[in-house]
Amino acid sequence: MRKQLMKGNDALMKSAILSGCRAFYGYPITPASEIVETAALYMPRIGGVFLQAESEVAAINMLYGAAAAGVRCMTASSGPGMSLMQEGMSYLAGAELPCVIADITRSGPGLGNIAAEQSDYNQVVKGGGHGNYRTIVLAPHSVQEMVDLTALAFELADRYRNPVVLLADGFIGQMMEPVEFPSEATEPYLPRWAVAGTAAARGNLINSLHLDCDEMEGHSRALEAKYRIADQREARAEEWRTDDAEIVLVGYGIVGRILKAVTAEARAEGIPVGVLRPITLYPFPSSKIRNLVNHARVFAAVEMSNGQMVDDVRLALNGARPVEFLGRGGGNVPSHEEVMRLVRELASNFLAPRARETEHVAHV
Amino acid sequence: MSNEVLADYDIAQCKADAFYDQYDRKGELQHQTHYCPGCGHGNISKMLASAIDDLGIQDRTILINPVGCSVFGYYYFDVGNVQAAHGRAPAVATAVKRSRPHSIVVSYQGDGDLSAIGSAEILHAANRGENITAIFVNNATYSMTGGQAGPTTLIGQRSTTTPNGRSAANEGYPLRVSELLSTLAAPVYIERVGLGNNKQIAQAARAIRRAVENQVRGLGFSLIEILSPCPTIWKMTPVEAQHWVRDVMERTYPLGVFCDRTKEVEPRNVDLPKPALSEIPALLEIADTVQLAGEIPGVPSVVDLHIRVAGFGGQGVLLLGEVLAEAGLNAGLEVSWLPSYGPEMRSGTSNCHVRLSHSPIDSPMVSSPNVLIAMNEPSLRKFSATVRPGGWILYNGDAVPQECLQNDIHSLALPFTHLADELGDSRITNMLMLGALLEITGVLPQAHVDSALSSLVKSARFLSLDRSALQQGRSLYRERQKAMLLAE
Amino acid sequence: MADAENRDRGQLRLSEDECKGCGLCVEACAFKVISLSEGLNHYGYRTAMYAGAGCSGCGICFLACPEPGAITVLRLRGTAAAHGRGRVISIPGAA
Repeated sequence: MRKQLMKGNDALMKSAILSGCRAFYGYPITPASEIVETAALYMPRIGGVFLQAESEVAAINMLYGAAAAGVRCMTASSGPGMSLMQEGMSYLAGAELPCVIADITRSGPGLGNIAAEQSDYNQVVKGGGHGNYRTIVLAPHSVQEMVDLTALAFELADRYRNPVVLLADGFIGQMMEPVEFPSEATEPYLPRWAVAGTAAARGNLINSLHLDCDEMEGHSRALEAKYRIADQREARAEEWRTDDAEIVLVGYGIVGRILKAVTAEARAEGIPVGVLRPITLYPFPSSKIRNLVNHARVFAAVEMSNGQMVDDVRLALNGARPVEFLGRGGGNVPSHEEVMRLVRELASNFLAPRARETEHVAHV
Repeated sequence: MSNEVLADYDIAQCKADAFYDQYDRKGELQHQTHYCPGCGHGNISKMLASAIDDLGIQDRTILINPVGCSVFGYYYFDVGNVQAAHGRAPAVATAVKRSRPHSIVVSYQGDGDLSAIGSAEILHAANRGENITAIFVNNATYSMTGGQAGPTTLIGQRSTTTPNGRSAANEGYPLRVSELLSTLAAPVYIERVGLGNNKQIAQAARAIRRAVENQVRGLGFSLIEILSPCPTIWKMTPVEAQHWVRDVMERTYPLGVFCDRTKEVEPRNVDLPKPALSEIPALLEIADTVQLAGEIPGVPSVVDLHIRVAGFGGQGVLLLGEVLAEAGLNAGLEVSWLPSYGPEMRSGTSNCHVRLSHSPIDSPMVSSPNVLIAMNEPSLRKFSATVRPGGWILYNGDAVPQECLQNDIHSLALPFTHLADELGDSRITNMLMLGALLEITGVLPQAHVDSALSSLVKSARFLSLDRSALQQGRSLYRERQKAMLLAE
Repeated sequence: MADAENRDRGQLRLSEDECKGCGLCVEACAFKVISLSEGLNHYGYRTAMYAGAGCSGCGICFLACPEPGAITVLRLRGTAAAHGRGRVISIPGAA
């Protein structure tokens, strides 16, 4: 199949439909509105449901209803809308319902602005609603990954019966790149637990209420056990020239792209830099980060926030290596030049001069 | 009384089939409900269960159980059950019904749930005319949580949060949901009934049945509000509570049918056509042509363009970038296009980042371009200093001011907009500049640009204007080169 | 009991186990054939009791009763149609 030039947001929605998504309930918000608009255009064509809800609160609860009825469903939102959806996400996780939520991030707190920031990390990755739950979080860094990770998101949502968030910044949503889609659409199916209004499904119950203390604790432990399995099996990261990296830059989404470009320039200067780009933010690829400590002397988290993911990098390393941080916000992106300056600074502070020279010679 | 005598009797009224024989989901006392003695919830549940039995819809019924005393419906109803968040039952019901149009969806809500926290959800579900049945149990208080005031609490009524009685000055007036929703165009049936005496009780049963039947017939949104006794919170005996419904509540909440369009509306067709799976990629406009293979004719062996296009909104900045990216893709290059996005979007300026390369593109952000297309002076001033040594500035103006032109930067400054005007439309300025860029860089064969243009520009007039602008742009650059050679 | 012609149109079966003694059936019954027991049941409720005769089979006690299965109303065969969907029960022992 030929590659097509497409916006990330459009590609995400088309991939969702190819993955069997048959319902979209949403509320427009910049910069996620294109996803809502694309769903409005295509869902009726393919016999699916599109409904613009009265609020994000209603939209997420509609998702709860559609998921309860056994339909692959999704919504899309951004910062302030995600805050409103936290109630529903807690219920979805508590009732073990699968769904996909695309968060095309913007700046906050409050109304903030509509420019890309990565400051939804904590509310999405740490499970911003009430109770003992997690959401699986995937972070695409290209339009192709908007396609691929959307397909994966629906799979993981069903496999773990849990909400999955696609956490993408506005850049990935707005930009156009060539993409390739799977050649065949996935056939929707009816899960056996769904409340589908049929004789076979009559006894089914979707519920997050457990009055009895022991029953509630048991439910919460069962959820925890499920998250541990996800932790073991689903953590994903892209490693870019980390084999011999003494400085490891960690960043996701659009930042991951910038870090790769910086790596090329830094390597040309003889600085052994590599990039670890988390693809799953929950489960966080902690063991992949820990695996790098043999040769990595210092880690640096680069984010479009005041430092949110950096906490997970620190937890992963647990003091084994220093973790530096570079963050920009408000719609500003850590520039190639800024990151390059950081890399040079880290090289002079943490790397032995001889090692650098050797590397330099090797590259000449 | 002997068995013989009883054998002559048929059952007239008994526990409905829609109830479980025994309530296994309830922790203890699995043979009786959790409702307090004399609570109206039990009566209403029985009426609903009888309607389900009578209409033969037990297998199809899905009950939405939101927070409040309503939440334990799933203990009792042997139907599909979905427990829901406080107030959100109409939103949940909306999606369940739209997901399974043949199911019969009942949103069973109390007054705190429906008229306070869920006021938006019920209003909009009603306004959309969702084909669901809403059962609205109004007992003028939050009962399960211990008797706090709600929007339905009567003026003067004491509650734990209106210890001196509800006052209109502080809490406003009791919310008349049935009257409110009846002002909407979509609902087909709204009635308020009571459980205040035998006559009211019989009418309540009829109304509930009718509201469910409306849905079975596919007519649309029905809501039955039931004034329901809560002896425990009201601190009355069940009989006193029944009298209070009739003698006190009813004065604030008059009974009656507020809306009935059941004779006017047409049943909905829920079986809409669904395309075959194989048709979906085409319906999504996903291309299925085969990728060009092999050598790319006419493309230089090394391409690494970092292009920034900037101007004011309406100059076609984004389209210029899109044509470049699309043509690059057609030519077999790796490409990316990133629009200016964020704070700048609303300030009247517009810019985009385009990359064309032989190797995979690391960052799509062009912070130091090797080509800057500045379509106005502010854009030139904003980005000129970022251009890499050896790069190009194409400027829509008579000359690049000296302070914007560092050493090692090439430039082509022409009044492109005036030239575009001469060609017939100032809106083709962008294509003139693109033509010049193509001539300068020589990276993209014209055929690929043409096919990109025709896929992106739908108007025949503009397509032809754009094509000639591209050619004109190329020759503008060639002419300038000639002029410079002659000058030398 | 008298012969067929004098039989009551209705009969009641009240479940002592399900009844919570709210008394709404007592209030609802026009023929005053239901009363609350003197003694308490297992849960401490004074439960509804049928007088044993005089039921018209009108069924209003069933609707007035909040418990799904506390009251069963029987109606003499051949009288007005009811909500029992034509099921016939044979109940051992007397009500």
